Amino acid sequence: MPAPETQVGSTADTTADAAPDGRVVLDARDIARALTRISHEILERHKGPEGLVLLGIPTRGVHLARRIAAKISQVEGAEVPAGSLDTTMYRDDLRMKPARALLPTEIPPGGIDDRTVVLVDDVLFSGRTIRSALDAMNDIGRPRAVRLAVLVDRGHRELPIRADFVGKNLPTSLVESVSVRLAEFDGVDEVTIK
Amino acid sequence: MKKHLLSAADLTRGDALLVLRTAEELRSLADRPIKKLPALRGRTIVNLFFEDSTRTRISFEAAAKRLSADVINFSAKGSSLSKGESLKDTALTLEAMGADAVVVRHWASGAPHLLANAGWSRSSVINAGDGTHEHPTQALLDAFTMWRHLTADPGQGLDGRRVAIVGDILHSRVARSNALLLNTLGAEVTLVAPPTLLPYGVESWPVETSYDLDAVLPKSDVVMMLRVQKERMNLSGGGFFPTVREYSRRYGLDSRRMAQLQDHTIVMHPGPMNRGMEITADVADSKRSVIVEQVTNGVAVRMAVLYLLLGGNESAIGGARAEAGTEPSIPTTDGADA
Repeated sequence: MPAPETQVGSTADTTADAAPDGRVVLDARDIARALTRISHEILERHKGPEGLVLLGIPTRGVHLARRIAAKISQVEGAEVPAGSLDTTMYRDDLRMKPARALLPTEIPPGGIDDRTVVLVDDVLFSGRTIRSALDAMNDIGRPRAVRLAVLVDRGHRELPIRADFVGKNLPTSLVESVSVRLAEFDGVDEVTIK
Repeated sequence: MKKHLLSAADLTRGDALLVLRTAEELRSLADRPIKKLPALRGRTIVNLFFEDSTRTRISFEAAAKRLSADVINFSAKGSSLSKGESLKDTALTLEAMGADAVVVRHWASGAPHLLANAGWSRSSVINAGDGTHEHPTQALLDAFTMWRHLTADPGQGLDGRRVAIVGDILHSRVARSNALLLNTLGAEVTLVAPPTLLPYGVESWPVETSYDLDAVLPKSDVVMMLRVQKERMNLSGGGFFPTVREYSRRYGLDSRRMAQLQDHTIVMHPGPMNRGMEITADVADSKRSVIVEQVTNGVAVRMAVLYLLLGGNESAIGGARAEAGTEPSIPTTDGADA
């Protein structure tokens, strides 16, 4: 899978390349609607914002977690803590490549003990990232429950993991690649497939 | 591909920044209830110490254990080394035990280099101080401490920052490694010492030199005081300066001199300190002093080095892989899950 552009400096390129880079399956408004729906579903499922913690998986999951937190506070008028959880050292393919740069882990001040943690990621694929996130969380605390919210579920799970909140189910073949771009990081909000 | 860390000169700017950023993420581990990461599970790291050391050995041991590696401590006292075993035979023993990395401190300059390049073993070698030559992880932790205090942007190095390194430069492996690394990171280094304590060939180092501490202090962003290494001076017969009193008058940092510093300037010392000689107690314990923080940062920096050297299938730092190690290594979206 070619990873999407990771350099912040390449924002202009990404925008220009957006069209030839594959078919757009979600545009900015679709993403906003999906996140609004996910926010409401989280609130409905959890019966309010109390005891919720959102943890995004870097890089783009963190931005999604912050957006969901903002929507929830808009709706409920209560702040929901949002942080990030780096899974690099817990990955099962750590030994198969050179050691990778670590990404920020920011646990909100209240911690995660006895809270309901909603993990947020952009694309759910094999499920291996989520497994490593569950392991990483084990070393940080004991949540009361863990839920999973993703913007895109593209199928092809290799582990018994499923998402509780899904922005869009996107049936794909293994040769296709799905790219999520977010304004905070890539300068534009869109999901493309090619 | 290099898998050793023998000299601060092995690190490109990209490598050095990768170590600093990695250390920054690992530093937060100290605040968590479970101070353990799984990255080096099943790896064996040998601490091979031919020379006394407290903080460096403990720091490496803590770093390796926090990354879940198995640690074997091997010091010259109480081992076959004191019975005259050669470095080669020791290396072959370690190889036979399956060490993935050897952290070596030796009184002879160049010993880690020999261990790494003589073909005796396949382990990674990390120089934890060799004679009066180099101590690269000390330089990294010093640079990390400066970077945390003086640089707001994690993409930046130490460009344009002025660092004064003061004292016994001649016997200091810390000074040499720092001069090399700080130059790589863009800082301007001035070595301040009496002429007798500047090393032969210092004019070829990427630094300025001065004999006048009072002239250098007001311009400096960092003042690093070095220990006067009496044990090495005694070996060569002494005579480097007339009296301790005269030395500390001219090259010691006291509160009068500290008052000349800019508000943001930090005071560092790699330890162990001779209080009252190169640094007075009130300066060492003042708010400007980051000496205790250096020790804390040492664990994070050594974790970063061990992780980057041993965490993957090959080293992420050192030489050709430098640029590739920083950018594309950030896993993202579906690419990471593939």
